[in-house]
Amino acid sequence: MLHIKDVNKSFGKHHVLKDINFHVEQGEVVAIIGPSGSGKSTALRCLNGLEVHDSGTITLDGEVLTHDNAMVLQDIRMKMGMVFQNFHLFPHMTVLENITFSPIYVKNIDKEQATQQALELLARVGLSDKAQAYPSQLSGGQKQRVAIARALAMEPEVLLFDEPTSALDPEMVNEVLQVMQELAEQGMTMIVVTHEMGFAKEVANRIVFMADGEIVEVAAAKKLIEQPQTKRAQAFLANVLK
Amino acid sequence: MNYGFVTEYWPMYLSGAGVTLLLALFTVLFGFAFGILFAFAKLSKRKWLSLLASAYIEIVRGTPLLVQMLIVFYMLPTFGVNIPNLFGIAKFGDYTLVVIALVINSSAYIAEIIRGGIQAVDKGQTEAGLALGMSQSLLMRKIILPQAIKNILPALGNEFIVIIKESAIVSVVGIVDIMFAAQQIRTATYLPFEPLIVAAVIYFVMTFTLSKIMNYVEGRMKQDATH
Ligand SMILES: Nc1ncnc2c1ncn2[C@@H]1O[C@H](COP(=O)(O)OP(=O)(O)OP(=O)(O)O)[C@@H](O)[C@H]1O
Ligand SMILES: [Mg+2]
Repeated sequence: MLHIKDVNKSFGKHHVLKDINFHVEQGEVVAIIGPSGSGKSTALRCLNGLEVHDSGTITLDGEVLTHDNAMVLQDIRMKMGMVFQNFHLFPHMTVLENITFSPIYVKNIDKEQATQQALELLARVGLSDKAQAYPSQLSGGQKQRVAIARALAMEPEVLLFDEPTSALDPEMVNEVLQVMQELAEQGMTMIVVTHEMGFAKEVANRIVFMADGEIVEVAAAKKLIEQPQTKRAQAFLANVLK
Repeated sequence: MNYGFVTEYWPMYLSGAGVTLLLALFTVLFGFAFGILFAFAKLSKRKWLSLLASAYIEIVRGTPLLVQMLIVFYMLPTFGVNIPNLFGIAKFGDYTLVVIALVINSSAYIAEIIRGGIQAVDKGQTEAGLALGMSQSLLMRKIILPQAIKNILPALGNEFIVIIKESAIVSVVGIVDIMFAAQQIRTATYLPFEPLIVAAVIYFVMTFTLSKIMNYVEGRMKQDATH
């Protein structure tokens, strides 16, 4: 359902994504791993148009991502939720308002229905009691769970995660990973850039290993972690797993 | 030192203070309105518009207010801009001309305040909004501006104080503000500097009071922001 074909991206002279080819099926969980600076975030950000790719095509459900048509771009973004490393909750809104804002103002769902749905989502991420809290009153792990609920409220077809646990204190990592694992089990299509090899191995179906702007190796999750085929993946894993 | 003259001349100071405050108030209001326009013009993705706004802001900030005011005050009328005495106010035309000059000046500074306030909002807010499918205008109105306003308001209050002080320059074209009143009183009383010291005290009381009010409002806003 998500197809990425020959995508290239440069920042000035720096060629950051080199002929990226890749597809994700419905219900699949794909983890993207690789060394720092390999282009993982950039790849993810191109998918929902936060970065403009220079060439190639990105297609979601047959709809081609373009920056020339604001309606198409907006439509694709609505179908692709994104969870950021640093949460980016809206600090001037309560947790509930954070979640209901886009359903109400972007999707034109009526307020009561949006609130109802938000409360259900909050229950799902274990934060029912925080509906009226402001982001500044939450711990990192709670913020990230709200951010996940906020993305889910748009009922996206794919959820993109960019290192969702990297900014968290160690004791809060698990509560977020657990929510993500439940989502995966419920059939959510997810693309997760992560340094959590355990999570990638257990929860992802496939792993994409990137280095220097290229996809170096793609394989079933366990296989890529336990028996990487390429030298670069072997070196990377030997380094992070030791 | 002899300050006895104050008992006789205080009404002139009072009306001068009224003129100064009104000029500053209108300047801030219109300066804010145009400042918003210029700020958004400068932030625009349209290169020509952004360049035009930048040029305007740089030129205004790079030339003295006195020069700007004299140009406006003497040039507009010779180009056929004649403002009648509306609302039964004598010298309404002159007041309008100096307000135009002050607005031209302050809108450039206010534009920079607003642009700075908007750009100080974390870029992640924009990304999160866009990722949720928001349009640029919805994002600006409901996500960015409500946060930017916390950066903008204090600086705007500061600008108001600056305008009160800088507006003393309108006395050179015969607007009867605090400064002009002080000059008239000097002539009438033959006192060389006492009337000026009184003027300074009035300016200071006005700006000091305003800055205290600003601090109070700012404190309240911070309280609101931390919930
Ligand atoms: N906006 C930008 N302008 C210029 N260069 C950029 C920009 N964003 C990323 N880069 C560069 O592109 C390369 C890839 O960055 P990217 O953030 O995609 O890497 P990453 O794989 O996500 O790394 P990390 O694991 O550290 O998050 C890096 O060399 C980075 O410096
Ligand atoms: Mg990254």
